[in-house]
Amino acid sequence: MDYFIELFFSGLTRGSIYALIALGYTMVYGIIGLINFAHGEIYMIGAFTAFIVATVLSIYGFPLLAIVVIAGVAAAVWSSAYGVTIERLAYRPLRQAPRLAPLISAIGMSIFLQNYVLLAQTSDFIRFPELIPEFAFMEPVAHIVGSSDMVILVTTAIVMIGLTCLIKYTKIGKAMRATAQDKTMAVLVGINVDRVISATFVIGSALAAIGGMLIASHIGQINFYIGFIAGIKAFTAAVLGGIGSIPGAVLGSMILGLTESFATGYVSSDYEDVFAFSLLVLILIFKPSGLLGKAEIQKV
Amino acid sequence: MQSGLTKKLLVAAVSLSFAMAIPVAGMAGDTIKLGVAGAQSGDLASYGLPTVKAAELVVAQYNAKGGINGKKVELLIEDDVCKPEVATNTATKLVTDGVHVVLGHICSGATKAALPIYKEAGVVVMSPSATAVDLTKSGDYSNFFRTIAPDDAQAEAMVNFAIGKIGAKKIAVIHDKGDYGKGLATIAKGMIEAGGKAEVTLFEGVTPGAVDYSAIVQKIRRSNADAVLFGGYHPEASKIVSMMKKKRMKIAFISDDGVKDDTFIKVAGDKAEGVYASGPNDNSTNPLAIAAIAAHKKAYGEDPGAFFENAYSAALALLNAIEKAGSTDQAAIIKALQTESVDTPVGNIHFDAQGDAVGVGFVMYQVQNGKYVVVK
Repeated sequence: MDYFIELFFSGLTRGSIYALIALGYTMVYGIIGLINFAHGEIYMIGAFTAFIVATVLSIYGFPLLAIVVIAGVAAAVWSSAYGVTIERLAYRPLRQAPRLAPLISAIGMSIFLQNYVLLAQTSDFIRFPELIPEFAFMEPVAHIVGSSDMVILVTTAIVMIGLTCLIKYTKIGKAMRATAQDKTMAVLVGINVDRVISATFVIGSALAAIGGMLIASHIGQINFYIGFIAGIKAFTAAVLGGIGSIPGAVLGSMILGLTESFATGYVSSDYEDVFAFSLLVLILIFKPSGLLGKAEIQKV
Repeated sequence: MQSGLTKKLLVAAVSLSFAMAIPVAGMAGDTIKLGVAGAQSGDLASYGLPTVKAAELVVAQYNAKGGINGKKVELLIEDDVCKPEVATNTATKLVTDGVHVVLGHICSGATKAALPIYKEAGVVVMSPSATAVDLTKSGDYSNFFRTIAPDDAQAEAMVNFAIGKIGAKKIAVIHDKGDYGKGLATIAKGMIEAGGKAEVTLFEGVTPGAVDYSAIVQKIRRSNADAVLFGGYHPEASKIVSMMKKKRMKIAFISDDGVKDDTFIKVAGDKAEGVYASGPNDNSTNPLAIAAIAAHKKAYGEDPGAFFENAYSAALALLNAIEKAGSTDQAAIIKALQTESVDTPVGNIHFDAQGDAVGVGFVMYQVQNGKYVVVK
């Protein structure tokens, strides 16, 4: 039973990591129907920004809490700037183009950003400082769930609830829903669609950056390529849960994380990806729009 | 007409071989003949030419102090282009020319093809670079020696260390699913099982780049292993090691020279402390290695190439064995190689019964205070 609980928490941690990235995918898709393949790179840039800021601040001897807050804010702001810029440069000019064009543009952006960080920073793995301390009260259960796992779990939960509230109860949330339902109609009733889309990218990118910081601190290393692998898994999770749906992204991520963890624990880690993707195929066969996705008529 | 030509050719060939045989026979008593065989042209020449230069330097050094037991050393250099089919001709040529010992060949395939010819002729062969396991371990070639560690030496070093030094009874073997990591892990697993002193409780690959390794770490804990052998590179190793520390596991982590890299310590930080990793012997502080490289620079005006130190050591070992044996008799040379230790650029070496150099190969390092230090 202990072993089951250990695997369960390891799966939850994995799932939360995927969820923090998957939320950004799903938001952008929900609003403009675009799979933003550069999202994983935004996450990676967030991790790099947090790394640089945290390193500089720790040289000046800031307390850990201040470092986490400032690095987190800096990463969120910087990544949002990237997100909005990417949208302006690569997606907005293609908004009226056939669906394939922005998709290719997104893949191009992803490749560009990876190589840009590779050239601007380094191709080596870099040690990421431990921004989440080992809490003393976690010590009795540290062998099952560590402090950083806990922080990631809690953050994911807060973010999911916060996002749901934002979309349900705020003005910008209402504008987002309107844009998602019908862009032309939204313009007609006086919604600034461009601004709504930019806001979506800001929120998605900021989340990815916060995720990048927490996850890099959990793993302890970063390089220019981390966004790609994490992005693919997060995208899978978003599709699993029903792309476009925020609770769906979290649910899909948790299912994916738990499947991988139990597959590793009870079968073999050689096959963790096999189980994860077989599950995806099965769910898509029986529920093509994903677990919580709306089975709507092809809109775009 | 045709038969007449053949006959003429035959006569010419016979007389030619006599013409060549006479001086060889005449000089046999005067010099020690050291054959050097390997790739000296073609695309693998860069592996073979440093060996020729090493032999030239060693021979010049011996001849400068009067040769061996009063006899000068003579070099016979032959090219095999690293091709097995050419290597048999190379070997035949060297044997016909009356070599006493051969330094070479360079490539494992060529060496394997040439060895039966030398064996039949009673010639001792020593390669600076052929790493194929069965050249020595098969026991087929009692006349073959080498100054480089065989391919499985690293796995052997890791397994011996885990069982012999750490005293592990249950070992979890983990790899990164790559050619290098999985290959190494598979050999290590075979060795542990064949040895019978410990059992493999877990043999699994992890996915490189995955965001979290806590599940596999929990599985290692559940397998009750008292040591982890990891085949792979440092990014995965540092993630697994960090996760093991986070999950409060204290068992030994033993890895390979893909991890014996300072980047590992840099990335894993204080989590790297206590990790074992095997790596090649470090010769950079060996005075003989420094002297050999300096001699090469002086003679050829450039830094030596691949396998230079191994070749230099092999030439020294061969000539030393002839000197100690006092003859060029095969049995006497083999006995001297196995019993007489010699100081070389790769360390103080002698050879085991199978022909592998003792003292060459992989040693275990441990991270102590942020540095890799050799574990005695």
